[in-house]
Amino acid sequence: MTIFEKMMAIDRRWVFLLLAVVVVGTYAVSFQIPIRINSEVRSIYEFVGKLQPGQIVYLGIDYDPSMQAELHPMAYAIMEHCFRKDLRIIFCTLSQYGSGMVDAAIHDITDSMKLDQTYHGVAYKGRELVNGVDYVFLGYKPYFILQILGMGQNFRLPFPIDYYGRPLDSLPIMNGVINYKQVACVIDLSGGNITDAWVSYGQGRFNFPLALGTTGVMAADYYPYLNSGQIFGLMGGLLGAAQYEQLADNPGPATDGMRIQVFAHIVIIAFIVVGNVGYFTSRRRRATEGR
Amino acid sequence: MDFETYLWTSLAAFLTLAIFSFLYKDNPFYKFAEHLMVGTATGYFSILLWHNSLYPNLFAKLSDGHWYKVWLDSSAPWYLIPGFLGALMWTRFSKKYSWMSRWPMALYIGISAGLAVPLEMSNRVNKQLYAMMSNISWETFIGSGLFDPTSALSQLIVLVGALAALSYFFFSKAHTGAFGVLAKFGIWILMIGFGASFGYTVMARISLFIERVQFLNRSWLKTAFDDANPNHSIWFPLIFWLIVVMLIAYIAWEIVQHLKRRESPAA
Repeated sequence: MTIFEKMMAIDRRWVFLLLAVVVVGTYAVSFQIPIRINSEVRSIYEFVGKLQPGQIVYLGIDYDPSMQAELHPMAYAIMEHCFRKDLRIIFCTLSQYGSGMVDAAIHDITDSMKLDQTYHGVAYKGRELVNGVDYVFLGYKPYFILQILGMGQNFRLPFPIDYYGRPLDSLPIMNGVINYKQVACVIDLSGGNITDAWVSYGQGRFNFPLALGTTGVMAADYYPYLNSGQIFGLMGGLLGAAQYEQLADNPGPATDGMRIQVFAHIVIIAFIVVGNVGYFTSRRRRATEGR
Repeated sequence: MDFETYLWTSLAAFLTLAIFSFLYKDNPFYKFAEHLMVGTATGYFSILLWHNSLYPNLFAKLSDGHWYKVWLDSSAPWYLIPGFLGALMWTRFSKKYSWMSRWPMALYIGISAGLAVPLEMSNRVNKQLYAMMSNISWETFIGSGLFDPTSALSQLIVLVGALAALSYFFFSKAHTGAFGVLAKFGIWILMIGFGASFGYTVMARISLFIERVQFLNRSWLKTAFDDANPNHSIWFPLIFWLIVVMLIAYIAWEIVQHLKRRESPAA
């Protein structure tokens, strides 16, 4: 076996091992890398930033723990940004394993919002967020298409009570809020068919401003919706989350992960180059030898 | 972190390592974690479905809460119809009566198609076609930069790229001459699209790994060796070392098996 054939036949376990070493090694060393902001992420940040205090954002946390790594940092960054702007949030999950995660995330953010903080040099006075006044968590219902269509008529149709068992009409945040018309925008964080349903059955049917946060695997598929104006913003994977964190001056796990990503990608690119060099050289050699 | 929470976190850490062990090869640790996840997810979803869907949407409407009065005291007895149709789905398990499940299936597929066809056509076909062809004008050709995503130049690339990619899939005409050149350009466009998807996919997979590394370090390792924590006990590092010893024992067992196989290749 020639060196070039060996280059193409590297055992995948060596690739995994090297990646593990690089990821753990890079994680152990603390340094920052610059993060370039894409216009599709900036447009979400600017849209939220221009909303008036008291306006309502619908935040769809439509993912399960397998997508938590990429989408949870987005959820935290957006929630924190909205609450800092005194916006109100309607939380909902259309993923069967999502409700526990949403509840935990709400607790985390409401705790952190009690602290005085400074963003972009501007001081933020910590405050207590009240469940039912500053936010509501509708909970989970199966069959996401029906729920998206149902909420377009009336939030009370699929969700007569919230996640904590209180009638929606008893919550001050829902006073006068019937359907998407009273919501400034919908930001959906999801992976899989739910994203498509929000585009087709949500925005397409009810015509509200929609922004998406998707897993990295899906991100490339949703750029055409930006071009057509069906969505006003798109965050793709951990990079999208890191960009939002950067914009909101709120570095978190996504920003932390970017430096690791860079080195992991270098390893993968190196392996791709090695494999390709091996392939083309072997092919040329076979052609020369007339095989 | 109290001991109980640490115990659960340690289980999560163990399961994380067990799942990652599949990268080496299939093994009992991975199988255990996989089966546990499937079982837990199924159980969780079954209960969730009952509490969030079946009970409030059907059974609660059919009675005042007394099971023995089901539907007799209901103010909405017509809910029996979807209940009956839903029950018919279970006839799939009987060879003799499985034909009955076609009724609810027909209704379900009919409603789904009725909802989907106009919306999907409008939002995923018509609007995309319109967006592909609408914004090309000489005034905005360059936009604010050569590759400005809002400029007509990128719009033109989208239009030509889409037509070229579609032409590659047009098999009724031989891919020769000018049409062949267009089809070849279509292949390049497709490759760029696949490349973008592949790049994002790699990023996604690495992101999952990074999050697990962050979890193992922040939520587990740091707690195990945090002497400043008032709830910290000797059990914290002990559990960590227990998991490490288990994994080392497994690796040693694998090596022994490997050596045995080398000694007797026929086996």
